[in-house]
Amino acid sequence: MLALFENPRLRGGIHAEEHKLETSIYNIDSDFPLPKKLYIPVQQHVGKPAEPVVKVGDKVLKGQLLAYSQGTISAPVHAPTSGIIADVKDFPAPHPSALPIRTVVIEADGLDQWGAIEIPSDPFQLSPEEICSRVGIAGVVGLGGAVFPSAVKLSLGRKNKIHTLLINAGECEPYLTCDDRLMQERAEQIVAGIRLMLRGMDAPKALVGIEDNKPEAFLAMQKASQHYPQIVVSQVPTRYPMGWDRQMLRYLTGQEIPADGRATDIGVVVHNVATAYAVYKAICLGEPLISRVVTVSGAAIRQPRNVEVPIGTLMSEVLAYCGVDKSKMARLVMGGPMMGDALPIAEVPVVKACNGVLALSHAEIEEPEVQPCIRCSSCVGVCPVGLLPLEMASRIRANQLDAAVDLGLKDCISCGSCSYVCPSNIPLVHYFKFASGELVKRQQAEHKSEQTKRLIDERNNRMERARLEAEAEALRAQEARAARAAALKAQQEEDA
Amino acid sequence: MNAKPISGPHVVATRRVDQIMRLVIIALAPATAWGVLIFGWPAFYLLIVTVFSALAFEAICLKMKGVAATPFLRDGSAIVTGLLVAMTLPPWAPWWIGVVGSALAIMLGKHVYGGLGQNLFNPAMLARVALLISFPIEMTTWANVSPLFIGPGVFDSFAITFSGLDNADAVTGATTLGLVKTEFSQNHVLPGILKDYSSLLAFIGWERGSLGETSTLLILAGGIWLMRQGVIKWHIPVSLLLTIFVFAGIFHLWDSKHYLGPWVHLNSGAVMLVAFFIATDYVTSPNTPLGQVIFGAGCGLLIFVIRSWGGYPEGTGFAILLMNATTPLIDHYIRPRIYGRYRNGKPLDISNP
Repeated sequence: MLALFENPRLRGGIHAEEHKLETSIYNIDSDFPLPKKLYIPVQQHVGKPAEPVVKVGDKVLKGQLLAYSQGTISAPVHAPTSGIIADVKDFPAPHPSALPIRTVVIEADGLDQWGAIEIPSDPFQLSPEEICSRVGIAGVVGLGGAVFPSAVKLSLGRKNKIHTLLINAGECEPYLTCDDRLMQERAEQIVAGIRLMLRGMDAPKALVGIEDNKPEAFLAMQKASQHYPQIVVSQVPTRYPMGWDRQMLRYLTGQEIPADGRATDIGVVVHNVATAYAVYKAICLGEPLISRVVTVSGAAIRQPRNVEVPIGTLMSEVLAYCGVDKSKMARLVMGGPMMGDALPIAEVPVVKACNGVLALSHAEIEEPEVQPCIRCSSCVGVCPVGLLPLEMASRIRANQLDAAVDLGLKDCISCGSCSYVCPSNIPLVHYFKFASGELVKRQQAEHKSEQTKRLIDERNNRMERARLEAEAEALRAQEARAARAAALKAQQEEDA
Repeated sequence: MNAKPISGPHVVATRRVDQIMRLVIIALAPATAWGVLIFGWPAFYLLIVTVFSALAFEAICLKMKGVAATPFLRDGSAIVTGLLVAMTLPPWAPWWIGVVGSALAIMLGKHVYGGLGQNLFNPAMLARVALLISFPIEMTTWANVSPLFIGPGVFDSFAITFSGLDNADAVTGATTLGLVKTEFSQNHVLPGILKDYSSLLAFIGWERGSLGETSTLLILAGGIWLMRQGVIKWHIPVSLLLTIFVFAGIFHLWDSKHYLGPWVHLNSGAVMLVAFFIATDYVTSPNTPLGQVIFGAGCGLLIFVIRSWGGYPEGTGFAILLMNATTPLIDHYIRPRIYGRYRNGKPLDISNP
């Protein structure tokens, strides 16, 4: 009875205006002129920042290591072109705060000269361990936006008996078409990457999920994989957030990942389709991840298209290349319009996570005034997780964070579907992000007070021990004095 | 509240509150127009008075609350409330019934709770029930069908609405439900009571009743259109109507002399209007599809119970208010299952599938 009200394969989601045709009809533009200066942050991934190995004044070649991976979850970064290290300094990050992070600055020499490249004679004969290690060395990270080090995921896969590699080619965000174009133009390379990944984690089969608004990409991928029965390319409905890996997994396999688990728990590893391409390049061409395809779009862009740019290129240069109308541009967004970040300045580098640079006009981001909630429950209907956004928001407004957690705040994936449909234009996702931040703050405060308490207790114990020791010492000293006095007395008596 | 932070999503859907209200008004228009058509100018005057007083009370309340009135007046919610109040009134009721109804709906039904989106009870039904209890005579004086241009003229009608009805007995009568209740109390039985009843005329709406409730056909059309527009969902109307149909059917089969048949139930009184436009009120109905089905079924059951065994011939107003009161409870217990969790909130256990 209860199950009647729930589609077992697909729940919630929205169909936003796609705006994909602006860019999906053009080939990937690989003629982007090499910038004079490139800014490569040492942290472009989840985990520990990489540690620079170059000094100011060093000459580097294209693909040379700039900073090495630190710890188990980390990824190295490489030189996108040849040149001189001009600086290693703090530079604004592509983040809503634009706070500075450690960045290696390269002054390009214009030669774009490759360093030593090692290409295996038959990449598909490499051992799984070798594949993982090469992927790790090449600095490949998840290019769907999560930027989790891919090598870590691959070796996790090997340890966890994986039966399915899910290749997420949903690209459900409006505007973005970089994966679409990549599949249309470089499907064979992507399929090679998928085969390498399968080998890298000893998995028997791969599922590729492509939203059905990309028929050409689907056909190209199907054609490229026709001789590999282990790769199944499927179409999935165009319904944001289809690219949420758990949603796509449920749609394609009917399986759900437990709320407290990972995909590996049910024998699945998910990688983005662009990551598969990066894996191909890393192993078959020996090229580390030093460039990526970026969708440059939005109504303020004169020639929207997909551009292949070196990592570290300033967004302002990418915008200028595609012709930005500054007077029309109302907001600069990195990523898609649903989950992307608004950037305060354009003088920030393109990083590995950057799949889109959107210059949105006033008309595109037009927001009417916020009105009271009329409990229309549109948000409940579109939530892919099955939450009650309106109830959570009202709890958060009343500062009842625990009640919001009870309602499932921690399960929110911030996809923004609820904010998108809200007829009162209530910034629901922002409430949830705020509340999550508050919870972290609260946890940290609790942790701090616990630590303080522990330190105080330790100090008290130490003082107590010291006091007891001092007392014992005093007692011993007294006894010794008494003994000495007694001995003296005895001697005196003897003398007398 | 207006300082919206810059965070995703950076694009939004285009349907806003005022557009939703406009669609509701459009969906209600045919049934309202029909009411004016068959009950003439007095119905028109009452409609105008009720809607405008609803707007006036909305403005007064917003003023007292100290917020700018225009954005709220423009959202159309007060017009919808006023319209719904008018549609549930006897068409020839005096003007002050409309004004008091609007006052009750807007002030007591809505702003006392904090305004739009905060009320526990449906404002129009609250007004209807309060009026029915307070002014039983005016609220049960049902005009005969006397269409526009055939019934009382523009000026005579003015007198009916603004200074009262003189010869009430000559131009009024009982509704189907009222008639049945009275006849039952005199130990008459079905089907004799309904010898003059035509289910076709009742379906079209050519019968005595509230201003905007008589035409099942037009309300159904408006409701289905609203569903197709995506403003309301099927859960509440279907479960409400189906529950009445099933219960009325069972009892009618069991004792057809004392229980009205399902079609009479569905074609009488406020059922259709309530099913599509009142019970589906966002603010006072549950959030989840399952909760909405429970709510709709509860409304249907209560309507049937009150009509069959209660003291009033019509039970929709009471049924809605009672179920409105259970909405927070339903919302508390009926929640969607969260991804990766069981219904009780525990994460899925994959060790023993």
